[in-house]
Amino acid sequence: MTDPRAILEMTGIRKEFPGVVALDGVDFRMFPGEVHALMGENGAGKSTLIKTLTGVHGIDAGTIVLGGEPVAFGEPSQAQHAGVSTVYQEVNLLPNLSVAENIFIGREPRRFGRIDWSAMRRRAEVLLAGLDLHLDVSADLGTQSIAVRQMVAIARALDVSARVLVLDEPTSSLDAGEVERLLKVVRTLRDEGMAVLFVSHFIDQVFAVADRMTVLRNGKLVGEYRIEDITPVDLVTKMIGKELEALEDIEEATHRHSGGEVFLRTEGLSRKGAIAPFSLEIRSGEVVGLAGLLGSGRTELARLLFGADHADGGTLRIDGDPVAMRTPRSGMAHRIAYCSEDRKTEGLVGELTVRENIVLALQAARGWTRPLSRRRQDELAARYIDALDIRPAAPEALVQDLSGGNQQKVLLARWLITEPRLLILDEPTRGIDIGAKTEIQRLVAKLSDDGVAVLFISAELEEVLRLSHRVVVLRDREVVAQKDNESLTPDEIMAVIAEGSGT
Amino acid sequence: MTALARVTAYRPQQRHLPMLATLALLVGAYAYGASQYTAFGSGQVVFNLFINYSWLLVVAVGMTFVILTGGIDLSVGSVVALSTVLSAELLGEQGWPAAAVVVAVLAVGLLLGTGMGALIHYFEIQPFIATLVGLFFARGLCLTISTEAPSIDDGFFTVIAQTQIPLPGDSHVSISVLIALAVVAVAGYLLHHTRFGRTVYAVGGSEQSAVLMGLKVARTKVSVYALSGFCSALGGLLLVFYKLSGDPLSAIGTELDAIAAVVIGGTILSGGSGYVLGTVLGVLVLGMIQTLIDFDGTLSSWWTKIVIGGLLFAFIVLQRLIARR
Repeated sequence: MTDPRAILEMTGIRKEFPGVVALDGVDFRMFPGEVHALMGENGAGKSTLIKTLTGVHGIDAGTIVLGGEPVAFGEPSQAQHAGVSTVYQEVNLLPNLSVAENIFIGREPRRFGRIDWSAMRRRAEVLLAGLDLHLDVSADLGTQSIAVRQMVAIARALDVSARVLVLDEPTSSLDAGEVERLLKVVRTLRDEGMAVLFVSHFIDQVFAVADRMTVLRNGKLVGEYRIEDITPVDLVTKMIGKELEALEDIEEATHRHSGGEVFLRTEGLSRKGAIAPFSLEIRSGEVVGLAGLLGSGRTELARLLFGADHADGGTLRIDGDPVAMRTPRSGMAHRIAYCSEDRKTEGLVGELTVRENIVLALQAARGWTRPLSRRRQDELAARYIDALDIRPAAPEALVQDLSGGNQQKVLLARWLITEPRLLILDEPTRGIDIGAKTEIQRLVAKLSDDGVAVLFISAELEEVLRLSHRVVVLRDREVVAQKDNESLTPDEIMAVIAEGSGT
Repeated sequence: MTALARVTAYRPQQRHLPMLATLALLVGAYAYGASQYTAFGSGQVVFNLFINYSWLLVVAVGMTFVILTGGIDLSVGSVVALSTVLSAELLGEQGWPAAAVVVAVLAVGLLLGTGMGALIHYFEIQPFIATLVGLFFARGLCLTISTEAPSIDDGFFTVIAQTQIPLPGDSHVSISVLIALAVVAVAGYLLHHTRFGRTVYAVGGSEQSAVLMGLKVARTKVSVYALSGFCSALGGLLLVFYKLSGDPLSAIGTELDAIAAVVIGGTILSGGSGYVLGTVLGVLVLGMIQTLIDFDGTLSSWWTKIVIGGLLFAFIVLQRLIARR
């Protein structure tokens, strides 16, 4: 299957990190004069694949053939010498050095071993002019805008007479005009015969610039497609890994919500680098679903509401009063509970018993000066083990020995005994079996009937749609739509995620 | 543009600000001293600063490289002491020729520095800990070699120590001063005109970026500690020229003086920004304060430490404020 025209062929790439298979038998190829997009959700293995290509990580299995020669890169400098240049997501430049130095450091023009500063500045000006950028190249890079830094990083990548240019999320911090300019540069480079690897969360940009794309999911290859053979909705489906047909037959649940009092309201709440300003209302007894790809800002939004991160803009009102939500403690004080996405590291303490885990949050809310009596602890544990059907029904079992679904229930129990008014569930059903899943879903419905507001985060759209009265759609760390769930279908949500056109 | 307009339009670059502040401080302190004590006004006071502190200057130059990469070297004082003891031992007890002693002492410093650098880079041990190991190791070695402080009467060493190079205005400097200034010049050249020097700044700016940009980070990191070890050994030799003895308990706390001089000279402790010239000014400021207190005669010399403490505080706050803008 070797195509002689390919400048780069990676075959059967496997990469393991302790406990995780990050890449599993991934094939990837690139052609000169083509822009190739690498697509996938966060954690799909895009960054890892790029890093194996650029020499940051070694590979555990597979081959990399560059320009017909098998290569193995032990470190980034080797990949650069071989003609693979990379502009990383977080622009990896040196703000304490000048623009010109950032382009040339490590390859400075020299005369008799001495750096030739004037030649360096001249060449930097020429290179940047080629990218339509005119500025004082001896200024510190730290004084320049992100867009300029991006261009400088590209200029640096180009100077090594690269054959393969890797752009990892180059547009994530640029405004629309800057993006247009960058895409223009990418097209120019492609027309000059460069193979450009373009990674972006912005599906519209990918469709605007790419010729070919490879989709990854969970470290595995989903497929390689010509851009004209795939639609944005197809792409999202492939990235998420659910066939649309499978989603068609979800039950039409009745989503009439009586509409309680507004419990929580945000106005322009935001946190730099985490989530763009959003306004949201959550009523008592309402179930609000958050939909969006992994990395679209779902968890970040939830963490702001709970106080796990503090906002740097906007206001948050609870029962109409403005509240400064700075720590989880303030969240708990307002009876907001947050069930973390990562139950192993952020939620449960595996070395403690079921009973101890269940009373943890309540004890924390009371403060250590008012310990819960052992009898009360046993009582509470027994009640919730029974109510949530936690198995085995042994309050003194260690949590780490329980199955995932039961661990999740213990975590739920912990928050439920604090009698929250808003319960935030971040991926409560991930990785648990279908039975436990249904029970948790049923519990959410019951809580809602009892007047508890629930913010439900899940990657599974059908689950979000089945439970929620209202669905908030996120894309690229921004709330792009809020829809009442009358008769929403996964297709509609997918379309919003893919294009962000509907509001 | 007229000359005046050009002067008034001059805005110092932000990264030069701490160094300019130090320069202003130095000039101010000198002017104050000259106004209070007539003897202070003579040029020899300034030259004496160089004579008395040439050894510290060399040590601080090595420290500048380390701090520019974002590291720290606590071992310098002990390496200085080791160099003095080793010189006395090899010259006196072992009867080595002077040239061989100089080479041996410098080699030991280089070796110790390289060892610590390797520890820091390849075993990923914090510079603080790795060089703390060096601090104890070298000081212990001093005391194993000798618990006394024998004086040195070798001809070559005595000549270098006592030669005075006359300068106009009835002043003079020592050969050590010339050596120290040469070290400063070489360091400045290395930092600003070679790839090694620019990589030092790059590592201090962001080590991760430097790695991803394909720079030789490993070599550079080990090299700066090797360089610092070498400079400490050379500083030790200059201290021998100054005192003509090898004292295992000399230069205690020198690492802190060197760090203070570097920071007062405007180099940022987290790395990536600073100048050797600033370090020269930093050392001169330390010396100037000591001299002022000596001239006063009523203050205990511990006041030097108090003033240095105050200055360090002021400069660290200044750097913070500049960085925040």
